[in-house]
Amino acid sequence: MKKGNNLIKKFTKEKYKYGFTTDVHTDIIEKGLSEDVIRLISFKKEEPEWLLELRLKAYRHWLTLEMPTWAHLTIPEIDYQAISYYADPRQKKKGPKSIEEVDPELLKTFNKLGIPLEEQLALSGMAVDAVMDSVSVKTTFKETLLDKGIIFCSFSEAVREHPDLVRKYLGTVVGYRDNFFAALNSAVFSDGSFVYIPKGVRCPMELSTYFRINAANTGQFERTLIVADDDSYVSYLEGCTAPMRDENQLHAAIVEIMVHDRAEVKYSTVQNWYPGDAEGKGGVFNFVTKRGNCKGVNSKLSWTQVETGSAITWKYPSCILTGDNSSAEFYSVAVTNNYQQADTGTKMIHLGNNTKSTIISKGISAGHSQNSYRGLVRVAEKTIGARNYSQCDSLLLGDKCGAHTFPYMDVHNETAVVEHEATTSKISEDQLFYCNQRGIKTEDAIGLIVNGYAKEVINKLPMEFAVEAQKLLAVSLEGSVG
Amino acid sequence: MNPEQQYIDLFVRYEAMICQHSAGVLNAQRAKAFASFEQSGFPDKKQEQYKYTDIAKLFEPDYGLNLNRLDIPVNPHEVFKCDVPNMSTALYFVVNDTFYKEQLPKSFLPEGVLLGSLKEMAESHPDLVKNYYGQLADSSKDAVTAVNTMFAQDGFFIYVPDWVVVEKPLQLINILRSTVDFMVNRRVLIVLGKGAQLRLLVCDHTMDDVNFLATQVCEVYAGEGSVLDLYEMEETNMSSTRISNMYVRQEADSNVLINGVTLTNGSTRNRTEVVLAGKGAEISLNGMAIADKDQHVDNSTFIDHAASDCTSTELFKYVLDDESTGAFAGKVLVRPGAQKTSSQQTNRNLCATRKARMFTQPQLEIYADDVKCSHGATVGQLDETSLFYMRSRGIPEREARLLLMFAFVNEVIDNIRIDALRERLHLLVEKRFRGELNRCKGCENCK
Repeated sequence: MKKGNNLIKKFTKEKYKYGFTTDVHTDIIEKGLSEDVIRLISFKKEEPEWLLELRLKAYRHWLTLEMPTWAHLTIPEIDYQAISYYADPRQKKKGPKSIEEVDPELLKTFNKLGIPLEEQLALSGMAVDAVMDSVSVKTTFKETLLDKGIIFCSFSEAVREHPDLVRKYLGTVVGYRDNFFAALNSAVFSDGSFVYIPKGVRCPMELSTYFRINAANTGQFERTLIVADDDSYVSYLEGCTAPMRDENQLHAAIVEIMVHDRAEVKYSTVQNWYPGDAEGKGGVFNFVTKRGNCKGVNSKLSWTQVETGSAITWKYPSCILTGDNSSAEFYSVAVTNNYQQADTGTKMIHLGNNTKSTIISKGISAGHSQNSYRGLVRVAEKTIGARNYSQCDSLLLGDKCGAHTFPYMDVHNETAVVEHEATTSKISEDQLFYCNQRGIKTEDAIGLIVNGYAKEVINKLPMEFAVEAQKLLAVSLEGSVG
Repeated sequence: MNPEQQYIDLFVRYEAMICQHSAGVLNAQRAKAFASFEQSGFPDKKQEQYKYTDIAKLFEPDYGLNLNRLDIPVNPHEVFKCDVPNMSTALYFVVNDTFYKEQLPKSFLPEGVLLGSLKEMAESHPDLVKNYYGQLADSSKDAVTAVNTMFAQDGFFIYVPDWVVVEKPLQLINILRSTVDFMVNRRVLIVLGKGAQLRLLVCDHTMDDVNFLATQVCEVYAGEGSVLDLYEMEETNMSSTRISNMYVRQEADSNVLINGVTLTNGSTRNRTEVVLAGKGAEISLNGMAIADKDQHVDNSTFIDHAASDCTSTELFKYVLDDESTGAFAGKVLVRPGAQKTSSQQTNRNLCATRKARMFTQPQLEIYADDVKCSHGATVGQLDETSLFYMRSRGIPEREARLLLMFAFVNEVIDNIRIDALRERLHLLVEKRFRGELNRCKGCENCK
């Protein structure tokens, strides 16, 4: 416990640890959004004609849309013309071939973040595709993965080298017509990760990407596409940070996952974008569309997310359970402090027979923050034997914050069993008293209880992330209790 | 013509006639309601609150209105004999929207209690009615309330003064009677003073097989320390549409129980908004719906914890058969400073066929930290293990199913605080499940 407390102190003094900016030569295009800008992005990335067409279609569709307002969030007006849609931290010459060629400043950034980019960190067993601003910088462990036939590369590289695969799957789970931000992303996405696991292959290591918004006034619009072919398995980690800036930065990403017969995908996120300062100034707007399609029979998809950052979070990692007997899980811890706002949850669309889904969501709000869970469980008319269990708990620390739940259940078939439970409360006086009585200070006791409360979700994270997530929880809540 | 225009034209053309047959207090609110209706129109399904019921479509058909207050020849005492036995209620009738003045029960009403036609009360006690009429029901926030306020000419009014206890339960029967497709705009005002107590049972019935559209706006004021039991039972027919908005305001330490039972109906939409305005107020909001064929039942509730130390419990259960649709949306708002709030919401639903649909949407919005709030919702079917257990003991499957369904809704009926009514409902529900109550024909088969 003592150790944990020191940790909290250490972190609070540091404030937002990842709030540094890296001085790398950045190739930013002019602010604003128009068809010309999209053509320019596409040209810079040397994209094929069909991709440009897709971008333009998405852009034209986006123009017809209005920013949705249904979320329980207060969002200041966003001027989409005041954002630069492309920032390339790559050197002018072609990409680096070995570690020596990578800009040392960039390497330092990643070292600060603790990313095992260099070979000697191989022991930690992760292959990292680091996306800094918009262009993927370097992908580690590529050769090892190639041996198994696994494709793990930046999105632009995938477009160049595996155009058929990309073309086959891009936009099949999240189409450009899906929503406002999906259309925007489809029009201007700059880079991201692409993963393809061939039939029968079990990915030997955890794949990991690190997103980071570096340049000022740029939005990050990355695109992740994961395809797990029959009988394959992959666990994918995503971590996010952003440097400290006064103005808000926009982040609108799309993650698409396609899971084929008997395949399994685990997707874990630790989101720690800059949340703004204690007065609610600055911070990242995180408007993300994440969706997986359990297309194959007996397929499985699991989302785990720990959301501690961002001024505003608006995301609903969802699953479409198309294949019979497929199952999906959603585990989430969302922590909001100061003036943060979060409206997050999931959608489970049951289309296949005997499909199962589990939702465990834990919200913790402190300070002046607002934390909402919003979820949809839908059972289609012809779906037989669907099963869902949802549980969403909220914990309130302080009397100025808010915790809200908005679950929707649309059941169109009698064989479905859908359960939902939600509780909201502050930390139980009994538990606190019990700890106090045994000589544990109130502040420590709250730390203990919160950690125990989130344990159910954190346990689902891979080891490396679980440690980080626990630290983040402690940091995010420091100063909000007692 | 879009559905709004129909009502706008009607109002513009007949405003004078509507006012002529109503009272000043009611007339005073019409212009404002009309202005907001003209501006907003009917809500579409994109509006969160009306997501599951297409209001505009329900208002679309051409219904007749009795704006000129022609007498409808009916003696409800003769055609209607559905008294709850052993309950010895004092029976009152509202035919369409007119309070039936003849043969009023001779039962003793405590001194000071005012009961009767809203229109007449508004004429004889304008200051009293003015204090309450339209104060909770805000036309600018709800199109149905606006339409009702525009057209309502009469309804039911009851006022129980401070510290008066009405011992005997009162029963109010709403009868829909017409030979042509008909629209009724009913208004109900219930006012309880400090420490007053009242038990009221309201039943909805239809006498004819024509299409009915009944809108009802009910405003309930529960004074400090008052106790109110309000039971609403709907036994109309497949061609009836009921759209009801109920607004309740509770002062400190008041205790209100509302139980809405939908047994037979066409389309029903019940919206209940409760403001717990005083410290220590308590609300128990219950509902039950048994639906088959293509019945539609939509209950939408909103409980606003505006003061500290308040308690709210909600329990809604649905049994859906055939191609019926059920919807439940329940929102609980705990305002900043409403500490020591306890709120519990439960919604359980049984879908008996593949075509039955259930939408449920519990919501919590909490801005105070010392609270205990929970909600639970389930949608499912009868437990196979229990069915098997009963069948293995020789109970036929049909019977076993009925037993289980009956047990399922029993929880709601058990919340009723009048013994005789509870027993009566047990019987009615059983009959309903056995299909003997598909249509209530003047209730001769209930006896």
